[in-house]
Amino acid sequence: MIYFDNAATSFHKPDSVAEAVYNAIKNMGNSGRGVHKASLESGRVVYAARELLAELFNVKDCSRIAFTANSTESLNTAIKGLLHSGDHVITTVLEHNSVLRPLYEMEGRGAALTIIQCDASGNIKIEDIEDAIRHNTKMVVCTHGSNLTGNLLDIEKIGALCKKHNLLFAADVSQTAGVFPIDVDRQNIDVLCFTGHKGLLGPQGTGGIYVREGIDISPLKSGGSGILTYLKTQPSSMPECLEAGTLNVHGIAGLHAGVSYILEHGIDYIRKREQELMRRFYEGVRDIPDIKIYGDFSTSDRAAIVSMNIGEYDSAKVSDRLAEDYDICTRSGGHCAPLMHQSLGTVEQGAVRFSFSHFNTSDEVDIGIKAIRELSTEQ
Amino acid sequence: MREKEMRVVITFKNTSAAMAMEKFCKEEGVSGRLIPVPREITSGCGLAWSASPDMKEDLLNLLEKCDIKYENIYVLKI
Repeated sequence: MIYFDNAATSFHKPDSVAEAVYNAIKNMGNSGRGVHKASLESGRVVYAARELLAELFNVKDCSRIAFTANSTESLNTAIKGLLHSGDHVITTVLEHNSVLRPLYEMEGRGAALTIIQCDASGNIKIEDIEDAIRHNTKMVVCTHGSNLTGNLLDIEKIGALCKKHNLLFAADVSQTAGVFPIDVDRQNIDVLCFTGHKGLLGPQGTGGIYVREGIDISPLKSGGSGILTYLKTQPSSMPECLEAGTLNVHGIAGLHAGVSYILEHGIDYIRKREQELMRRFYEGVRDIPDIKIYGDFSTSDRAAIVSMNIGEYDSAKVSDRLAEDYDICTRSGGHCAPLMHQSLGTVEQGAVRFSFSHFNTSDEVDIGIKAIRELSTEQ
Repeated sequence: MREKEMRVVITFKNTSAAMAMEKFCKEEGVSGRLIPVPREITSGCGLAWSASPDMKEDLLNLLEKCDIKYENIYVLKI
């Protein structure tokens, strides 16, 4: 099997990730619930994972990072925990439903929403964000990279813009964490939402949220925290504020191993390799007659995604042929990115998305190119 | 891409119903497989069951027997 669906979840994980999950299941108790050996072992790995993530994202105080189940939980927390009726919020058409649906929900509860449009290549103009700012604008929430086109947004410029206008900046780094430089200080990110199971190479069911000190965020959930048992409300201190209930320590132990691997090898190495594979695939398919490729390939500074269609063929059919006849895993359809598909005019057809990992090989990419070539010419 | 062919395609209310269909058909020894929902039916993702068109009656009987929440059954070229 050749796996090119890494934008959905990374499939090739370092062996150390699986071993860490196994070890945690065998040896660890409940983190922060008791002071016996099994509980402490669990607490130590959770703390170590927090520290490594803080190192990766340049967070000075690792207690500002809370663990969640995924980016969706983090984004729901950021959006519903910070916005109120009467607030205005700005986002873009590049967003995933994990950003859009909570925003639509808040719109229904009295918040106002502006969605920045893109050009034919899927890029937005930062000036359009600035033009959309109103007296009651509270926050900009946007992705770092489109899960459909792979185009990046310049989060450093957006962060600077937010700082200039005294707005909160929440960044969704689901497609970029572990691959692209993310620095909450330099990029002025107030709330960072990440998932553990994509570029961070951890297990599914892991993710997190960083909240800058001084920002008061309401939790989605309340419950056990391991501290302040007799308090009637959820403790307000991070990370307990956003970590009600038993953590997924088995998963977090795996995430710790994934981030260790990334820090050991370096994101520059991982990104360079992914981008080489993406470029090789792009160059191999771009000249095939009838191939349409979406997104901006004038730069290589983009997530390792190539979304395409063959003529007018249904993307579901092409993806299914790739799976059945070539044992190649891709993703077809709408990719939970409705506005991006609307902008590209691909709502009906969807798109076939190839997304690469640094664990993929050039030979695998060449087999993918050959498959597309054959499918596009067969009668 | 090859010529389209006639298939029976069954759509479901949700993904778990599609998974239940696969499990049930496997247990009953009924041929067919899960495919992405074709655009001829709807855009916007999801799983569907695809089988040979001569299976339609058998599948309808099967669906009556089990408690799987299917949405529609189509015979179409995909």
